[in-house]
Amino acid sequence: MTWEEVAALGILALTAPAVPGIAVKTKSFLTGRRGAPVLQLYFDLWKLLRKGTVYSRTTTWVFRAAPIVVLASLIAAALFLPLDGRAAPVGFAGDLVAFAGLLALGRFALVLAGMDTGSSFEGMGASREVTIATFAEPTLFLCFIALVLATGDVSLGGMLGAPLAAAWPGAGASLSLVGVSLFVLLLAENSRTPVDDPATHLELTMIHEVIVLDHSGPDLALILYGSALKLALFGVLVVSVFVPRAALAGPVALAVLFGGLGAVAVAVGVVESVMARLRLSRVPQLLVGAAALALFGIILQLH
Amino acid sequence: MRSPAQLILLLVVLSDLAVLGTTRLSSCIRVLAAQGLLLGLLPVLLAPHLTVHAVSLGLGTVVVKAVVLPWFLAWAIREAAVRREIEPLVGFIASQLLGALALALAFAIAARLPLPTPQQPLLVPVSLATLMIGFLVLTTRRKALTQVVGYLILENGIYLFGLTQTESVPFLIELGVLLAVFVGVFIMGIVVFHINREFDSLDSTRLTELSD
Repeated sequence: MTWEEVAALGILALTAPAVPGIAVKTKSFLTGRRGAPVLQLYFDLWKLLRKGTVYSRTTTWVFRAAPIVVLASLIAAALFLPLDGRAAPVGFAGDLVAFAGLLALGRFALVLAGMDTGSSFEGMGASREVTIATFAEPTLFLCFIALVLATGDVSLGGMLGAPLAAAWPGAGASLSLVGVSLFVLLLAENSRTPVDDPATHLELTMIHEVIVLDHSGPDLALILYGSALKLALFGVLVVSVFVPRAALAGPVALAVLFGGLGAVAVAVGVVESVMARLRLSRVPQLLVGAAALALFGIILQLH
Repeated sequence: MRSPAQLILLLVVLSDLAVLGTTRLSSCIRVLAAQGLLLGLLPVLLAPHLTVHAVSLGLGTVVVKAVVLPWFLAWAIREAAVRREIEPLVGFIASQLLGALALALAFAIAARLPLPTPQQPLLVPVSLATLMIGFLVLTTRRKALTQVVGYLILENGIYLFGLTQTESVPFLIELGVLLAVFVGVFIMGIVVFHINREFDSLDSTRLTELSD
């Protein structure tokens, strides 16, 4: 791991909470409101970190472990991504499975913590989260398969790195389909609007928010930071597919990456202001549509 | 992206998948109109040089497939007051998966067809996929109007296949086909209107029930 890679990870870790902030600001701007400041999540995190934690008597260590597991799994997953577009800090053949597995581990810990509270609301949220994940995960793997076919590399650092730029002229159509599919996944995995409404706090309708109802103080801060980091990770995936940065100098590549992250956040905000939340029974259809796009990308490669 | 024609063919496939995934009839028709527009651009882009033949075929296609037929279907929806396809025989998720399967099948079949290599390699697989997806919509949806949409997508697939032979097919025959489709859909529209008046519903499964 070079100091440049450490610096890139550090910048990603520092800027992650601004990503949902930009999405919220875009949404407010488009709907004619002033909206919360872009840095609101930083203030929230700071406030939560200074508070005490309240634990329900029904919860066990599972509940206390969840925030740490969630954040740790996401940071570990971030190590597999080539932030400068050339090489990832950690990488081996087939690490894309490890990446998906780490994301799943974080979700598993969170869902268990939700069930651990014994609250029926959180159980409902957990069941919804898992239902959506069942559709989202195969789609993620289909996207990865298309990328592997395009670049001939089976590690995330390789297939999002230099070989990707070489693959664009030949497989551009397929790669843009994969990019769109990944963007839909980003919306679904991070509980953004067509799948879940991040602005709602009504227990019956929300998915992600409801699982963390019982977390408080620093625990909640870790979880909120974790979900911002997850959004940023998926943003990095989308940006990396659309803008291969292997040919750019290190600092320029990073600038392009973070500019791209901002653009993805704006796109999320635009989607949130033009679409209503989908009925829960229609969510799988959206994800199957994304899977069909990725499949189409694969078929185009095999053609 | 090797050529604009390739991009358009990809968009045609995406519009097929979109029709499989939408419940609302008016958005189905809008997607169909967009597909008609894409199909109208194709003969112009595929022709090696701009000919009167290619341009007039493109124009005719746009007028019939992107303006007149969608407008007519939109009128039929308004008259019949149907908005959504509620419960298709095959659910939306399953039909999207079947659409992806049809896509794979189309590419597999097209690679094995003993055709002279066309100038656009995607044309044959996309036409086969459009044909199959149109057939899927035609057979698995309940509302008569969605079935008409399926029929039109099926016909679009045939039109795409015909584009591989634009050089050798006389202009008059193509115009004849366009006219036949137009008249066909016109009659279907009127039938749909009458079904709706008789039965107060466009559910085609009711047509098999006996009533006095």
